[in-house]
Amino acid sequence: MKAGPLVEVRDLTVKYHSPEGEITALQNLSLEVGEGEFVGIVGPSGCGKSTMLNVIAGLIPSSGGEVLIKGTAVRRGTKMVGYMPQSDQLFEWRTIWKNVLLGLEVQNNVNEQTKAFARKLLENYGLIDFAHSYPSRLSGGMRQRVALIRTLAVNPEILLLDEAFSALDYQTRLVVADEVKQIIVKENKTAILVTHDIAEAISMSDKIVVLTKRPGSIKSIHSIELTCSEKTPLKSREAPEFRLYFNSIWKELDVHA
Amino acid sequence: MFMPNQEQIQYISEEHRAYQQERKNYRIRVILSQIALLVLLIVVWEIAGNLKWIDPFITSQPSRIIRTLIMLHKEGALYHHIVITVLETAAGFILGTICGTFAAIALWWSKFLSDVLDPYLVILNSLPKIALGPILIVWIGQGAPAIIAMALLISLVVTILGVYTGFAQVEPEKIKLLQSFGATRGQVLQKVILPSSIPTIIAALKINVGLSWVGVIVGEFLVSRAGLGYLIVYGGQVFRLDLVMTSVIILAAAAAVMYQAVVLLEKHFLNKQ
Ligand SMILES: Nc1ncnc2c1ncn2[C@@H]1O[C@H](COP(=O)(O)OP(=O)(O)OP(=O)(O)O)[C@@H](O)[C@H]1O
Ligand SMILES: [Mg+2]
Repeated sequence: MKAGPLVEVRDLTVKYHSPEGEITALQNLSLEVGEGEFVGIVGPSGCGKSTMLNVIAGLIPSSGGEVLIKGTAVRRGTKMVGYMPQSDQLFEWRTIWKNVLLGLEVQNNVNEQTKAFARKLLENYGLIDFAHSYPSRLSGGMRQRVALIRTLAVNPEILLLDEAFSALDYQTRLVVADEVKQIIVKENKTAILVTHDIAEAISMSDKIVVLTKRPGSIKSIHSIELTCSEKTPLKSREAPEFRLYFNSIWKELDVHA
Repeated sequence: MFMPNQEQIQYISEEHRAYQQERKNYRIRVILSQIALLVLLIVVWEIAGNLKWIDPFITSQPSRIIRTLIMLHKEGALYHHIVITVLETAAGFILGTICGTFAAIALWWSKFLSDVLDPYLVILNSLPKIALGPILIVWIGQGAPAIIAMALLISLVVTILGVYTGFAQVEPEKIKLLQSFGATRGQVLQKVILPSSIPTIIAALKINVGLSWVGVIVGEFLVSRAGLGYLIVYGGQVFRLDLVMTSVIILAAAAAVMYQAVVLLEKHFLNKQ
C-alpha cells in the first residue's frame, strides 16, 4: 500500500481584501509533496508564492480549498511546519544557543531531551563552539546554518524556505544553498523552496513547480533528474541536463510570452 | 570575510601616524579653547563687575556666586534643595518612560485602541503641557506630587509616540518567524517587540531627562516650597540675583550629570546587545 503524500494542497484559493479591492493571489491550486521530497517553486513576481507558503504554515487563512499535512488540515499555530524567513532573522540580542532555543521556548517545550537534540544539531553542523557567541560574530553562511538549526530544533515535518538565501551575496549563496541542502537531506526532511533563481531551484530540488502569473495556479511540474557523481547543488550545476531544464523553465517564465 | 591579521593591525604607516597625530592635536586645540573660553568669560564677568561696567547687583559676579555657594553650603540647605529637585526629576522621567512604554504596549496590542486614541494623542502632543500646571495643582495639591505629575505629563506623550513608532519598526519577518512557531501575541511582545525596542526606549529616556527638568522647574515655580526652582523664583522675588545665578549654575551641573548617567546606562545596555 502506498502511503499518502505528506502535504496535500487541494484546490487552494486565497484572496486578499484591502480598501483598493479584492486580489485573488492563488486560484484553485493543487499540489502534493511526498515525504522526503525537495520541491522548488518558481513563478513570476507577485504570483502568490509567499502566499502559498503562508497558508501551508498556517499563518493566513485560505478563502477556499484546504491544506492537509499527514491527512489533517493545518490550523493557526501548527507545529508541523518550520518556516525559514528571508535572510536569517537571528535575534542579535540572543546568543546562538538562545537563538536556537527560540522555537522551543515559544512552544513551551524546552527540556533536557529537546535541548540535547538542539545541541546535537549545533555539534553536527560545526557551530557548537559558537553557542555562546552573538550572531554578529558569525559569517553570513554560518548565520544561515544557525537559522536552519533554529527551525530544525522544533522538529517540524516540513521546512518552508521563502527566498531564504536572497540576502546573501552570490558566492555565499551558492555555498549556503549547498550546506542547507545537505543538512536537509541528512536530517531526512521534506522541504518547499520558493526562489527567483531558476538555477538554484534546479540544483536543489527533486521537483520544480512553475506557477502562472497572478492569480497563481500550477503551470507545469518538472521532475529533476541529474546525472552527476555527487548530487550536491554545486556539483549538479555541471550535469549535462542542467542546461536543458534551465532553458525549458526559463521559457515558461518568459515575461514576454 | 576579510580579517586583518595581527601584522596588519600593528603596522602603522608614516602617513597614518601623521594623521593620528594631527587628529590628536586638533582635539587638544578644541579642549584648550573650550577651557580658555570659560576662563575668559569668568574673568571678564568679574572684572566688568569690579570696574562697574555692569551692575553686579543685577548681573551678579563669579566671586559673589562662590560666596553664595559657600553660604548655602554652611547653612546646609543647599543639599536639601538639590536632592529634592533631582529626586523629583528622576521620578518624573522614570515614571514618564515606564508609563509611556506601557501605554505604547496597549496601543500596539489593540489596533482599535490606537486608531481611537490617535487624534487625542496628536492634540495632547501639540499642547504645551505646562498650561495644565494650574489644573494639576488644584487636583493634586501644592507639593512634590504635583511637580512630579507635571514632569511626567511633559514626557508621557512623547514617550508613547516614540516607543510605539519603535514597536512598529520591528521587522515583520521576525514577527512572522515567531508566529510560525505558534507564538501568541504576548510571546511576540516578550520575545521580539520589547527586546528589539530597548534602544528606542533608552532614546526616549534620554529625551525625557531634559523634558523632566523643564516640568520640575516649572512645577517648582508654581508651587515651590523647596528645590532649585524654588530658590530661583525666591531669589528673583527678593532681588538676590546671586542666589538666582548660583541656582541656575547648580541646575546646569545637575542636569549634565543626570544626562551623562543616562548615557552610561545606554552604553551598558547597548554593549550587552
Ligand atoms: N497582505 C496583503 N494584502 C493585500 N495584498 C497582498 C498582501 N500580500 C500580498 N498581496 C498581493 O498578493 C499577490 C501575491 O503576493 P505574494 O507575496 O504571495 O507574491 P510572491 O509570489 O511571493 O511575490 P514575490 O516574488 O515578489 O515574492 C501580490 O500581487 C501582492 O500584491
Ligand atoms: Mg514572496
